[in-house]
Formats: sequence, structure tokens, C-alpha cells
Amino acid sequence: MICFSLSEEQTVMKETAAKLIQNCIRDNAHEMDEKGHIPAEYLTKFYELGTVPSMIPEEYGGYGMGHSPVMNSIILEELAFGDMGFAIASTLPALFVLPVLEMGTDQQKERLLPLFAQNPQECGTLGLNEPRFRYDPMELQSSAVRKNGSYVLNGEKCFVPMAQSAKHFLIAAAEEGKNGLYIVDRENPGLSVDEREKNLGLGTLENYRVRLENCEIPAEDKLGGEAGCDFGRLLQYTRTALAAIGTGVARASYEYARNYARERIQFGEPIASRQSISFMIAEMAYEVDAMRLMTWKSASALEAGKDAKRDSYLAKIYAGEMAMKITDYGVQVLGGHGYIREHPVERYYRNGRGIAILEGMAAV
Amino acid sequence: MINLETPEYLANLRSSMNNLAKGVLRPVARKYDEAEHEYPKELDLFRGMQIMGRPKKKKEGAANDSGNGKPKKGINLSTVATIEEMCWGDAGLLLSIPNAGLGNAAIAAVATDEQLERFGGKWAAMAITEPGSGSDSGSITTTAVLDGDEWVLNGEKIFVTCADRCDAVVVWATVDRKAGKSGIKSFIVEKGTPGFRLEHLEHKLGIRASDTGTFVLDNCRIPKNNILGSAEVKQDTEGFKGVMKTFDNTRPMVASMATGIARAALDFLREKMEESGIPLDYEKNPENASALQKEFHMMEAQLEAMRLLVWRAAWMADNEEFNNVEASMAKAKAGRCGTLITQKCCELLGPLGFSRKELAEKWMRDSKIMDIFEGTGQIQHLIIARNVLEMSSKELK
Ligand SMILES: Cc1cc2nc3c(=O)[nH]c(=O)nc-3n(C[C@H](O)[C@H](O)[C@H](O)COP(=O)(O)OP(=O)(O)OC[C@H]3O[C@@H](n4cnc5c(N)ncnc54)[C@H](O)[C@@H]3O)c2cc1C
Repeated sequence: MICFSLSEEQTVMKETAAKLIQNCIRDNAHEMDEKGHIPAEYLTKFYELGTVPSMIPEEYGGYGMGHSPVMNSIILEELAFGDMGFAIASTLPALFVLPVLEMGTDQQKERLLPLFAQNPQECGTLGLNEPRFRYDPMELQSSAVRKNGSYVLNGEKCFVPMAQSAKHFLIAAAEEGKNGLYIVDRENPGLSVDEREKNLGLGTLENYRVRLENCEIPAEDKLGGEAGCDFGRLLQYTRTALAAIGTGVARASYEYARNYARERIQFGEPIASRQSISFMIAEMAYEVDAMRLMTWKSASALEAGKDAKRDSYLAKIYAGEMAMKITDYGVQVLGGHGYIREHPVERYYRNGRGIAILEGMAAV
Repeated sequence: MINLETPEYLANLRSSMNNLAKGVLRPVARKYDEAEHEYPKELDLFRGMQIMGRPKKKKEGAANDSGNGKPKKGINLSTVATIEEMCWGDAGLLLSIPNAGLGNAAIAAVATDEQLERFGGKWAAMAITEPGSGSDSGSITTTAVLDGDEWVLNGEKIFVTCADRCDAVVVWATVDRKAGKSGIKSFIVEKGTPGFRLEHLEHKLGIRASDTGTFVLDNCRIPKNNILGSAEVKQDTEGFKGVMKTFDNTRPMVASMATGIARAALDFLREKMEESGIPLDYEKNPENASALQKEFHMMEAQLEAMRLLVWRAAWMADNEEFNNVEASMAKAKAGRCGTLITQKCCELLGPLGFSRKELAEKWMRDSKIMDIFEGTGQIQHLIIARNVLEMSSKELK
């Protein structure tokens, strides 16, 4: 039955994530962003919640608790409310595990899932984005060519999170125009990780460009085997995740601006007592809610095992549009002070730009 | 547990209401846009039908429980879903459906059983607005004075929806000007009461099928027990807040009207796009799409956002959660976005969006009212802002 309120279990997880963010991230996010680093112990704290082993079935050494896109959306929003880079980094193993779990062959699952079930620090990542004008995840330029018993991959990937520490990669590439995912080990001589990227936002997250030069992998390392995988489904999971992240970033900007507007006195009264400010705050409030509802709608469809192509697409473009608008308002409400890096609104503004642009950085 | 999948009963309701709208309202939408003030006799079909989901008896309105602590299947959500479909057909006609006036909502909310008995079956309009009192509804000057067993009402009410066709009007009047908002009460005035005169009907930008009119109350005498709620003037403004509470139910309805009109416009645009072979894709990078495709997708996303905010507010009402701010959020968002979507559709339709041969131009005219009545967009933003900023109406004017 349709329901707009959280269950007890969802509330507990939301609060747990919120507490973690409050304790570790909220006060340190600025410093983390400046230094471009997430302290390992913070990530460990999130891994200890066991979200990845939970979704892995018992036969592969996990807890077999199932996989809930709605729950993951709730958690991602909370994490991104703390820091967008932290949200992506902490849920990164799932970005690798989920496609394997959902679309891998039995052999692929047997080989990879136990590694992630046993070691929550096991690092896998996904290389999807390509650094070029008119990039489209549905029309990849990275190629996979079948050669006897193997595939040869060529192409360049950007925004590959934590590529430097990752042991396993899923590389998105097209084989005769059909998109697929290919499992590549870090040791493969055809895969090279360039130096760390510097981007407009996501300062805390280690992002890398990854090059594939005649990278040869065994044919059985094509995800899903001969038939390949449902690439569109992957985008449904990742777009819903980005919408959840966008909601968290926008909410962070909204709450900060709201609190500031109450306290900042100009012309003898709080700036919030002027409609031009308070109406921005009102708009931020309901747009954050709208973003969240769109995310949850898409996640609900995924959870029900239904096709979420349209829902996830609309949730993502809405989140992309609104994350930018709201984080822009956030800076504007603070005026010149919002332009100074000591206030977080400028960081939200930079991160907010990423929601529309990025694809495949996290999965629900 | 969060679950925003449309339940089957609601999907079925939507499709049957859409059929009704398609079969009955759409075909006469243009006719009554042109024949302003003429009663759409086709609507007689709806007499006695619970289109707006208004309960006749109090208890019927209570949501029916689907189990212990589980979310409830309630009347508010069904109502907003129905309204969206009907307004997809025609908003002016929906507003003219017999016995489904705003006054009926007010009566359903606060009437005693005896009053429900007397007025429950009547078509009731709502008269708050006066020439000098619009958004500031607390400043109304129409007076009600108790004289023996009767109230004597004096004043002028404008912009009353269903003014011509209704059987009775819920009139806001003050029993004590000095008491400010706490002195404001609502009274049921029946058509034909001496001193109660329909002065004239307005000619409007849109929703022309709906009869909007002015009433003059000139020493109009009504029975003492025609007052809704208590006659007592308290020191606080709780009573006024009580009457304003009706809006928590009606604002999501108006927001749903905006959603229905916007969807009509979008559906028409989609039809034209499909006819000329312009594909709508939900996977490729939107930045590489044409301007037309991208605008379309963004409007579609806006429409989803509108509907979800509406459904949330209605769902909360069904589950007896206080939804004052969520109701305003739905109205603020849908009122504004509905206006923008219908405007944009006309633009994208080109000459078809300017011609009265098609309905797109009408939808643009109809939609505009949704950001005005039941509290303008600005008033909704004020309500939301005061709530989230925790500021009083004195601190945030
Ligand atoms: C077709 C139609 C049907 C209607 N049906 C009914 C009905 O059935 N019953 C009924 O009682 N009324 C009805 N109304 C009246 C409607 O509710 C009012 O028109 C509306 O509330 C706005 O009041 P106003 O027109 O006096 O505008 P004003 O209050 O004069 O507002 C003018 C502008 O100022 C803005 N504004 C006002 N106050 C503030 C503020 N504090 N802060 C910021 N901006 C502000 C408004 O948003 C608006 O943009 C109807 C109106 C129309 C046009």
C-alpha cells in the first residue's frame, strides 16, 4: 500500500546514518574538502554498519538480508547531507557489488561476492563516464572487441572513484554498439590509473581517470557472460542514487541558509523577515521534499522489481536541476559571506553542479 | 515503510475517472468556455455521485483502516486523484459539478449532525473574499449580529465560485469587529433568503464554465443555528485557525487541479511530438537531446513533483497527520508549475498553441487561477516560510 512515512527499521537506519554524519563529517567536511581527503576511520565507521555484506546472499558469505533501493536512498541522502564525496566513497563497494549480484553469472558471483562479504574494506569501483563533449552513457566510445577467448578493451574513463585503491573494476564499454560491463583486475597491464583528478566539486573524493589500452580480459569476465548485462538497469540504480545524493546536498544548503537567515541581522531585523529571502527558503524547503519524493518513487519501483527507466530518468534530471537551483539560493541567502569558503554553502554549490553531469557514481 | 508505487485501487480509479473525463467533459470543454455562465447540463450526470469524495455523514469521512498501524486507504488521496483526472478533462467543469462546492467541504468539516442533515445534500458555495479583503481574509468587514433567534448579516462578497448554481453559501462574517480574527465565524445562508442577492457574474480569463459572482447581504436574516461551529468569541485565534484548517484539505485539491490541467497540456504536446516522429527517450543524456525534447522531459519531471507533493499532503490527511505546511507546499508548487507548464506547452506548440481550434490556449488560461484562489502562491510561500523558519506573522510579514 502507498505510504509516505518511514518504517521503524527505516527510521533506525536513517538515524544511524545521521548520527555518523553528525559525529564525524558535519564539522570536518570543510577541512576534508580543503585537504582532499576522507580519514579512513570515518569510512570504516560506515562499513561497520555492514550494508554491503547485508545485501550479499548467505551462500556467498553475506548476511542475506536482501537489497532495498528505498533504504539505500534514505541512507545516501543522509550521507550526502554530510558530504557528497563521503556519500559516494562510503557506498562505493555497493556500486561494484550490486551489478555483480544482480546481473553476474554464477561463476562471477562465486568468485567476487565472498571477497566483499568477508572484507568490508575490499575496494571495487566502476568506470563509466568518459571525458568528452557530448558524452552519453548510452553511446559509449570505450570499446570491447571479442578476440578468440578474450575481450580487448580500449577507451578512457573519468570520475572513477577510488580507482587508485580499487582491486576490481567494472568497465563500461560497447561491443558493436551494445553497452556492457567488463570485470577488470587492477593488475591487468592494459589498465592504467592516471593521476588523481581535480574537479569543481567532490573535493573529498579521490577520483581518477582510467585508461584502457588493448586491455585483454578473459571472455568469461564479461558481466552476465555471453548474453551480457542489462545496462539500462544499472543506470536506473545509479540515477536513483544520484537523485538521493542531490537531495542530501540540497537539504544541507537549505538548512544552513534557513538557520543563517534567522540569525543574520540587517536593517535592524533578521534577513528572514524579508520575503525575498524567506520565499527562497520556502522554495528550497518544498523542492528538497519534491526531490526526495521523486527519488523514493523511483526507488519504490526498483524495490518492487519493476522497470524504473522513466522514474529514474525523471528523478535524476529533476535532482540535477533542483540541486543547482537550491545550492545557488543557498549562496545567495548568505550574500558575500556565502562566497567565503568558511561557510559550506559554496561547497554545496560546487557539488550541486555534479548531480546533472555525473552518472554511475553510486547505486541504490 | 516508504512505498510510492501507485496502488492498484488508485490506478483503477484514475483510469475510470479518466474515461469519464474523456467521454463527458472533454467533448464540451470548448462549448462552455464560449458559452460563459450557461449551466453545463451534461453535469447533471454527476448529481449524487461522490466525485469530490465528500462524505455525507461525518463518520463516513474517516479513513478505512487497512490493518493495525498500517497506512490507510482514505478519501483525500482518492479525491485528489479523481480531481486530477477530471481537470485533465476540464477544470471549469469540475468546479461546476453539483454539490461539490467549497462550501460543502467546510460544512463536511465542521457541521453538527443536525446541520449535516439540513445542508448535507445541498450545493454549497464559499464566500470569504470581499472587495477590500482578499489575501488578508482576517480583515473581512461583513457583519453578523444576533437579533433574537436570528443572525442579521450585512456586507458584500465577491468572486464566489458557483454563485449562480449553488443552493446555499457559507458566508464568513464577523460577530465582533474589535475581536479581530477571533470574531470571524461562518454562516450558512440559503438561496432565496430575503436580503441575500446575487448581484452579478464575472467575465473571466479562464475557467469560464465556472460561475463566479458577487453577493450582497442587506439585512439578511438567517436562523440562529445556521452558524457553523461555536458562536463564542474567544481571546485566542484558535477558532479562526479552525476555519483555516479546511484549507489543509482543499489546497491539495486545487493543487491537483493544476496537475490535471498541466498533464492535459503535456499529453497534447506529446501527441504532436509523436505524430511528427520526435522520439521521447528516457535513457540517453538529456543534454544531447533537442531543446524541445529536453523541455518536455523537464516539464514531465515537474509534473511528477507536483503530483507527489499533492499525494503526500492528501495521504497525510488520510492518516490523520497534521498537513498544514505540506498542503501549502503542494499548492505553492503546483500552482506555479502548472502555470509555467501550460504556458510553455503553448510556446512549444507554436501556432497550435495560440489557436482556439485547440484547447492548449484554454489550458493556459484555466491554469492561472490555480496559483490565485485558495490562497495565492505568495500566501502559500508565506505559510511555508513562517513554518520552517519558526517565525510568527509579526516577525515575517
Ligand atoms: C475565479 C475565482 C474564483 C474564486 N472563488 C472564490 C470563492 O469561491 N470564495 C472566495 O471566498 N473567494 C474566491 N476567490 C477569491 C480569491 O481567493 C482571491 O482572489 C485571492 O485570495 C486573492 O485575493 P485578491 O484577489 O484580493 O488579491 P490581493 O490579496 O489583493 O493580492 C494581490 C497580490 O498581492 C499579493 N499579496 C497579498 N498579500 C501579500 C502578502 N502578505 N505578502 C506577499 N504578497 C501578498 C498576492 O499574492 C497577489 O499577487 C476567487 C477568485 C477568483 C478569481
